[in-house]
Amino acid sequence: MDSSKQSTFEVSNLRVVRNGNEILKSISFHAAPGELIGLLGPSGSGKSTLMRSLLGVQAITGGFARILESAAGSPSLRGRLGYMAQSSAVYLDLTVEENIRYFAGVLVQSSSEVARVIDVVALNSFSHRLVSSLSGGERARVSLGVALLGSPPVLILDEPTVGLDPILRRDLWRTFDDLAKTGATVIVSSHVMDEAARCARLLLLRDGTLLFDGTPSSLLAASNASGYDEAFERLIEGDR
Amino acid sequence: MSLRRTLLTTRRILEQLRHDPRTLALLLLVPTALVGLLAWSLINHPGAFDSVGPKLLGVFPLIVMFLVTSVITLRERTVGTLERLFTLPLTKADFVAGYAIAFGALALVQSLLVSVLSYTWYGLAHQGVPWRISMVALCAGLLGTAFGLALSAVAHTEFQAVQFMPAFILPQLLLCGLVIPVSQLPSVLRGIADVLPMTAAVHAISPLKSNQYYVGQFAIMLAYIFAALIVGAGTLRRVTK
Repeated sequence: MDSSKQSTFEVSNLRVVRNGNEILKSISFHAAPGELIGLLGPSGSGKSTLMRSLLGVQAITGGFARILESAAGSPSLRGRLGYMAQSSAVYLDLTVEENIRYFAGVLVQSSSEVARVIDVVALNSFSHRLVSSLSGGERARVSLGVALLGSPPVLILDEPTVGLDPILRRDLWRTFDDLAKTGATVIVSSHVMDEAARCARLLLLRDGTLLFDGTPSSLLAASNASGYDEAFERLIEGDR
Repeated sequence: MSLRRTLLTTRRILEQLRHDPRTLALLLLVPTALVGLLAWSLINHPGAFDSVGPKLLGVFPLIVMFLVTSVITLRERTVGTLERLFTLPLTKADFVAGYAIAFGALALVQSLLVSVLSYTWYGLAHQGVPWRISMVALCAGLLGTAFGLALSAVAHTEFQAVQFMPAFILPQLLLCGLVIPVSQLPSVLRGIADVLPMTAAVHAISPLKSNQYYVGQFAIMLAYIFAALIVGAGTLRRVTK
């Protein structure tokens, strides 16, 4: 990465220790506006902890994380980071529209923004249905809709495509790509290595260590592998 | 703190309850039905309901609001909505005040419903002033809400939240004067009972006391409400370790 470029993220030697276990071990990377970054790694590799550290809701043990030129967790960042957690983190006993309207109100967004976001996540026909009556994929779209409110310059999306059918996954990745093209920095985590091909840049995480930071094609070239699963396996073997 | 965000949170909680008729029935109809059941069971004992009934108006709202608030707030913590809210410009005070206003409004409706039915259909002939009894019921509801908010931080599951009822509420129920008058308790227990919020609720309903006495009982309840709300806000963590 060219660190002289304006950075959205600036993460340096980030360490997180929880209950005596080192979850993240000296992670460093930069990210620029307009990047679509895939944070890939198996379950338990520290992806969610890294994302929560960037959001400022996870205490950092060492190093630092700066987002939009403020320390992670700064009050000035609240509302400027769109966040989608692994759980849907929306109210099941509210309708789609009531959920989006509430979060829009907290962010001081207009009712036209509520309508725009419902349209972007293609939930118009479900807007008056309770979230509890929706499928997992539809709930994920409600959660994504909340993250998109106000078109934040940074989107942190934790496993947004888990359990979705291939068509919906493809559509969501197109949405992420479109968002990055508008200048937003989008970081998307996944434990499915096949999703690597959809990202402009990959961060591969294993056991709290950043194994790789580069483009999908450079990953395949560096590991001399034909597929992303194989590339990841070779990286792990090389790391041992 | 933002009044706008607080009221948005209040509206959101009331909308959630509107979609959940069972919880709404638990909040509004169950206390009314229980007091009615008591009145019916004492129908052959003239004057008994006039003595016991009003005290329950200070007890039921506390128990019901405690149960509902502790479970709903715990759900906010466990499903991730609280964490999401804390990445937004919503303060802890907005969140806690939003809950207090929403459940306070419900406690008010609940207290009016129980009081009106008690004085009319159930035949209550209590010498206390009806508006004071309604105020006690409102304070009891707010006490339950505030304690529910505070104690939900200690529970990890909804089952654990419900377990606080026998540990936290039942001792107060035994000491508040419903089972045996507080004045007849052993001196150590009397000293404890005199400063418990549920005892203050029952005392504030007792007829024929001085204004100073009633002010003292309301002061005890309000002190507990504010202390529990502050503790409740303090237990909300923006950052986990």
